[in-house]
Amino acid sequence: MGDDTPYLLDGSHWSGPQGIPHLVLAHLGYTGLALLCGLVIALPVGLYIGHTGRGSFLAINAGNAGRSLPTLGLLMLMVTLMGLGFLPVLIALTVLVVPPILTTTYAGLRNVDRSAVDAAVGMGMRPWQVLWRVEVPMALPVMLGGLRSAALQVVATATVAASVGLSGLGRLLIDGLSVNDYGRVVAGAVVVAVLAIVLDLLLGLVQRYAVSPGISGRGLRRRGAPVAASGPDPELA
Amino acid sequence: MKRRTLLGAAIASGATLTAAACGSGNDPLSTTTSSSSGSATSTTAVVIGSANFPESELVAEMYAQVLEAKGVQVQRKFNIGAREVYLKALDDGSIDLLPEYNGALLAALVEGGAPEGVSSPQQVYDALQKALPKGTETLQQSAAEDKDTLSVLPATKSKYDLSSIADLAPVAKDLSCGAGPEFQERYQGLVGLKSVYGVEFGTFRPLDSGGPLTVGALEDGTIQVGNVFSTDSAIATKGFVVLEDPKNLFLAQNILPLIRSAKNNQAITDALNAFSAVLTTDNLTEYLAKVQVDKQDSATVAKAFLAANPVA
Amino acid sequence: MIDYLGSNSDVVLAALRQHVGLAFLPLLIGVVLALPVGYLGVRFGWLYHPLLNASGIVYSIPSLALFVTLPYVLGTQVLSPVNIVVALSLYTLALMARTVADGLRSVDPSLTEAATAMGYRRTRRLVEVELPLALPVVLAGVRVAAVSNISLVSVGALIGIGGLGALFTRGFQLFYTAPILVGVVLSVLLAAVTDLVIVSVQRAVTPWTRATTRRA
Repeated sequence: MGDDTPYLLDGSHWSGPQGIPHLVLAHLGYTGLALLCGLVIALPVGLYIGHTGRGSFLAINAGNAGRSLPTLGLLMLMVTLMGLGFLPVLIALTVLVVPPILTTTYAGLRNVDRSAVDAAVGMGMRPWQVLWRVEVPMALPVMLGGLRSAALQVVATATVAASVGLSGLGRLLIDGLSVNDYGRVVAGAVVVAVLAIVLDLLLGLVQRYAVSPGISGRGLRRRGAPVAASGPDPELA
Repeated sequence: MKRRTLLGAAIASGATLTAAACGSGNDPLSTTTSSSSGSATSTTAVVIGSANFPESELVAEMYAQVLEAKGVQVQRKFNIGAREVYLKALDDGSIDLLPEYNGALLAALVEGGAPEGVSSPQQVYDALQKALPKGTETLQQSAAEDKDTLSVLPATKSKYDLSSIADLAPVAKDLSCGAGPEFQERYQGLVGLKSVYGVEFGTFRPLDSGGPLTVGALEDGTIQVGNVFSTDSAIATKGFVVLEDPKNLFLAQNILPLIRSAKNNQAITDALNAFSAVLTTDNLTEYLAKVQVDKQDSATVAKAFLAANPVA
Repeated sequence: MIDYLGSNSDVVLAALRQHVGLAFLPLLIGVVLALPVGYLGVRFGWLYHPLLNASGIVYSIPSLALFVTLPYVLGTQVLSPVNIVVALSLYTLALMARTVADGLRSVDPSLTEAATAMGYRRTRRLVEVELPLALPVVLAGVRVAAVSNISLVSVGALIGIGGLGALFTRGFQLFYTAPILVGVVLSVLLAAVTDLVIVSVQRAVTPWTRATTRRA
């Protein structure tokens, strides 16, 4: 390795279009957009399937199939078909987001206590009121767990964007690899890991505060276990 | 209990399957060689590597076939990466032999780039002998050259009236250049462009040297100047204009075998020298096009080449 | 695509073979190592959360970074497949240790108490009661780890050892979709078959989960 100053401590690496802040922003941008697109696609479908119980076959198997698509291969296929640009990356990363969101939304809704749903129906709520006022709030812990899981995967995988000429923290990996600068590669890995941890913590906080206290038991002192506080591992749904 | 034996059987079969598949550690893109067939790396086989672009793989495949025809055991590990990576692989013994370009190798090995006044094929070859890493040697070089070029679209050429790299100096700050990430730090790259020609680009996009990203970016205008290899079919098929290099920044680039001395012997030396005598820029470009344009695989193309240009 | 497959079947098969080896060996290693580690995370309650955090951190390291830096750490050769195997084993271990711990924790305490009351000592109880009951959760984790490994192996193509991933880079370099398509389809098929096999094993080995009617 060339320089003795660790990559992250060298001030010059923190400025300019190839500086770390710029790369982090680009990386977060790819992640955020992919999550958004994935939610837009998977959430409505998951809600419908979870609420009505119809098409569960689709939910389970689309989820598994999507997870098995190799991201690098998909990305290279998209670039070969559409040329350079952000769209191929967006598609490849969105494919990564859809399965966990779909699966956990469906599983979360299916695991909602039926008696609560029956009570709601008995109270005269319309189907979609049942969905939004009862089912979703109760499924929220599991759904948010799925979002966290998806976010982590995307943050780690968004590094592939650099292999097709885009920005993001993958730049540190790919460029470092081409010039044998392993300090740079390690720096890239460290920043991605830190980013993932921070994102996970933030989403963990969201998960804690977005879930209604009646479900999580937060802030209430009561006997008996609260219902599904942190939820089963969404990946196992 | 039935359950446990079932689970045990599942694990055992999984393990066996894995062990069987693990036998193959070879590059999957190699055709069946005389040595492999699933066994672990043979220590007497010559491991041939290549860089991560089609021409390097093609020439490496030709080396492989030439050696196999002489009864030498060969193992292929192609598409490793850029020079900085595969030189390391050569150093630690992961590979023994690969095709190199004399000028680029010299510039990479010598601090600050190639010495002044060294630019003809013979000059470069001689200077290279003094710079080679310990334990390695080069064999005879061929007349075939594949130079790094800076290429532009015809429209760009007319707009800025460019015919040589020197013409870029006044306008470079308005232009974007694309090449492999290593280009930024190489003497035969941005470093030398600045010191020899005074060319400093407005922006640099790290893509891949001579690869699909750079060619694509040049074509659609994302970059105005691209590092494309001179034998690349894309120059002909897409009508790129190659800028001249009057100061020879990009040096002679004759193709020659770089081999670890420990693995070299007379038979190998003779075979590869005979091959290098037969390889020319024209026939290399012609057969490379079969890979790049006709999408034939390098093993088939190498075979056809050797049939048409027999090695003594 | 069929043409490509026809004329390059040996290349494709060799790629597939390498891919299987590089995906399943780490799976085996990771699962075997995860059993004791996961168990420790449950036996010593204070280990559970550090275990979760450590797993999360390992899982967020980009695979390419790990493939590339392991030669330095391990002293292996730069192009050795060992780097890929070790990296993927680490990922599998990170995922499965947590899954094993969660699986063991999900076992109904009344069952373990019953076992203790019947005279089972700790080890026997673990092997004959707790682990079998944790199997559904554990095997679900194995499914995820298997599919994840199969996908990650192709990233190794960026350093020349990628199984089916080599088909991706080859196709990419030549602007040629056929090899990429073949690689993607085979990857997905491999994952689907693996998934099916694990599910069948799960069904065969945990017959009691089929006894009750459950909501899907």
